[in-house]
Amino acid sequence: MFKFPKRAAALAGAAGLMLPLAACSGGTETPGGEATEGGEELSGSVVIDGSSTVAPLTEVAAELFMAEHPGVQVSVAVSGTGGGFEKFCNQETDISEASRVISEEESAACEAAGVSYAELGVANDGLAVAVNPENDWAECLTVDEVSSMWRPDEPVTNWADVRDGFPDEEITLYGPGTDSGTFGYFTEAINGEEGAITPDYNDIGEDDNAAVQGVAGDAGATGYIPLSFVNEAGDTIRAVEIENEAGECVAPSEETVMDGSYNPLGRQLYIYPSDAGLEKPEVVAFVEFYIENQAEIAQTAGFIPLNPEQEQVATDALAELTM
Amino acid sequence: MSHQSVRTRTAVQAVRDSSLRLEKRGVDVAGELFRAVLLLCIVLGVLMLATLLAYVTWRGWPRLDLNLFTQMPSSIDLTTAGFLPAIVGTIWIMLGVLVTVVPLGVSAALYLEEYADTERWWNRAIEVFIQNLAAVPSIVFGILGLAFIVRAPLALGPVAFAGSLTLTMLVLPTVIIASREAIRAVPSTLRQASMALGASKWQTVWRQVIPGAVPGILTGTILSMSRAIGETAPLLLVGATTFVQFLPEGPLEGRYTAIPVQIFQWVVRPQEEFRVLAAAGCLVLVVLLLLMNSVAIWLRARFSRES
Repeated sequence: MFKFPKRAAALAGAAGLMLPLAACSGGTETPGGEATEGGEELSGSVVIDGSSTVAPLTEVAAELFMAEHPGVQVSVAVSGTGGGFEKFCNQETDISEASRVISEEESAACEAAGVSYAELGVANDGLAVAVNPENDWAECLTVDEVSSMWRPDEPVTNWADVRDGFPDEEITLYGPGTDSGTFGYFTEAINGEEGAITPDYNDIGEDDNAAVQGVAGDAGATGYIPLSFVNEAGDTIRAVEIENEAGECVAPSEETVMDGSYNPLGRQLYIYPSDAGLEKPEVVAFVEFYIENQAEIAQTAGFIPLNPEQEQVATDALAELTM
Repeated sequence: MSHQSVRTRTAVQAVRDSSLRLEKRGVDVAGELFRAVLLLCIVLGVLMLATLLAYVTWRGWPRLDLNLFTQMPSSIDLTTAGFLPAIVGTIWIMLGVLVTVVPLGVSAALYLEEYADTERWWNRAIEVFIQNLAAVPSIVFGILGLAFIVRAPLALGPVAFAGSLTLTMLVLPTVIIASREAIRAVPSTLRQASMALGASKWQTVWRQVIPGAVPGILTGTILSMSRAIGETAPLLLVGATTFVQFLPEGPLEGRYTAIPVQIFQWVVRPQEEFRVLAAAGCLVLVVLLLLMNSVAIWLRARFSRES
C-alpha cells in the first residue's frame, strides 16, 4: 500500500522531465545549418536531394569532396526527381539531382518562387532490355517490337507475335514500379508517353535486382533494367541490341551510350545548383569538383562518364556560373 | 456486485459442464485439437521470424563486424562502410518519439477513460477518429510532417526531431488504444475504495489508476516504438538523408539519416557488397530494437511485480 505514492512520484518526475523537454523542442526554430564562412578552409553544408538514380553518383562525389574538404558537410537525400525539385523550388536544398531535364511545370514553380538555377550534366546512364541467356532468338529488337510487348493497348503475350520466326514462347515482363524515374523514362522512350504501360507485368518496385532475378529464372522473360545492374549480373541475363534512329543494331555499352549511338534508351543525368546555393563558396567548390572529376566519379559509382562534347558543355556552363 | 456474481455463476457452470463431458468421453478431442491449432499458430509466427533472422544473418555474414557500428557509410570503400550516423540518427529519433508519444498517448487515454462523458457526441467522434487514425498509411503522415512540421507553422527543418514528431503521429493511436485497455483493466473496486477513503478524482487517477496501468501502457509503448523504429517512407519525405558522413549535432540541429533509410538505399544497389551491407544493417536494427525493448520489458516486469 505504501509503495504507491513512491512509484507515483517517480512517474511524476519522469513525466515532468519529458513534458518541458517536448515543449521546448517544439518551439525552437532551426533552419538547416547555415554556417558559411568565407575563409581559407571551407566549411558549411551542401544540401542535396533528388533522383534515386543519381544519388549513388553524388554520394561518391560527396565522399571524394569531403576527403579534400573535411570541414564541409555534404548530405544526399532521395526524394525522387520530382520530389527533389519540389523541395528545391521551395529553397530547401542547394542542389537538386535529376534523371531527366527539369519539366516545364517544375521550372515554372521555381520561377514563381524566385529560384533560379543552372543545369549541369554529370554522367550518362543506359537502360538495357534484358532477356534470359536461353533466349537465342531475340538478338536485335526495334523500338516498335519492344513497344508491342509493353504498350498499354493489346500488348502481345507471345514471342511468336513479336516477329515472324520467333518461337512460340510465353512472354513474362519485369519492370520497376510507377514511382521510379526509370519507369517514366522507359515508357516515354518506348511507348511515346510517360506512364503508358501494359497493366500485365511483374512490378518489382524499386529493386532492380528483382528484375535481374526474374529474367534470369525464366526463358521467356524480358525486362528493362539499368545498365549498371546488367553489368553486375554477369552471364545470368543478356542485354539485347536495340535498333536506333539511324537503323543500326546497337548493343548497350559504355562506348555506345557515351557516343549516343545507343538510343533511345541512353540518357544523361543532371544536377541543378540554385543561384542562392551558388552564393555559398562550399557549394561552388562542390559543383566544380563534381564536374572536374566527373569521369572518375562516374566510373567509381558504376556509371558512364560524359563524352568530351557533353563535358565541354558542362565546363562552359560552370565557367559562366562561377565568373 | 450482482453483475460479478452472475459472471462467477456462469464460469462455475461452464467448468461443471466441461468436466461432466470429460468424464463421459474420456478424451477431449475438440480441446486437444484447439490446443494444437493454437500451438501451430505460434510456431508459424516464430518460424517466420527465425527464417527472416537466419536469412539476413546468412546474407550479411561477411560484413558482421565492429565496423558496422563504428564506421561512417561509404560509397567507395564498401568493405569497411558502417552505420554509425544511421545508428545515432535512429537513437535521436526514437528518444524524440518516446518523450512525445508516451505523455500524449497516456494523457489522451486517461481523458477518454476517466473523464470523457461518452454520452457526448464529440467524445464518441474522438474515439472514431483515433481508431481510423491507426489505419492511415504511413506515407500520409510523411506528407503531413513535411507540410506542418518541417515547413511552417512548426518549421523545424529537416532535423531528427521533425522525424520523431512525424513518427509520433503515426504510432500515437497504438499507444492510446493500448493505454485505454490497460486503464480499463484496473479494477473499478480500486477506484471506489480510493474514493471512499476520501481521495479526490485526481488523487485516485494519479495514485491508483496510472500505477496499476503501467504494465499495459508499457506493452503499448513497446509495440509502437517497434513499429516506429522500422519506418522508412515517412522519414524519406520529412528529409532523412541517405548519405551523410557526419553525425547530427542533436535532435534539432543538423542533417540525419536512420537505419531503415540506409538499408532501403543500399539494398537496391547493383553492387553485391551493398546488399550484403544492407542485410547486416537489418541485424543492427534488430539489435537496437531488442536493446530498446528489453529496457521496457524490464520496467514492465518491475511494475507488475510491485502491484
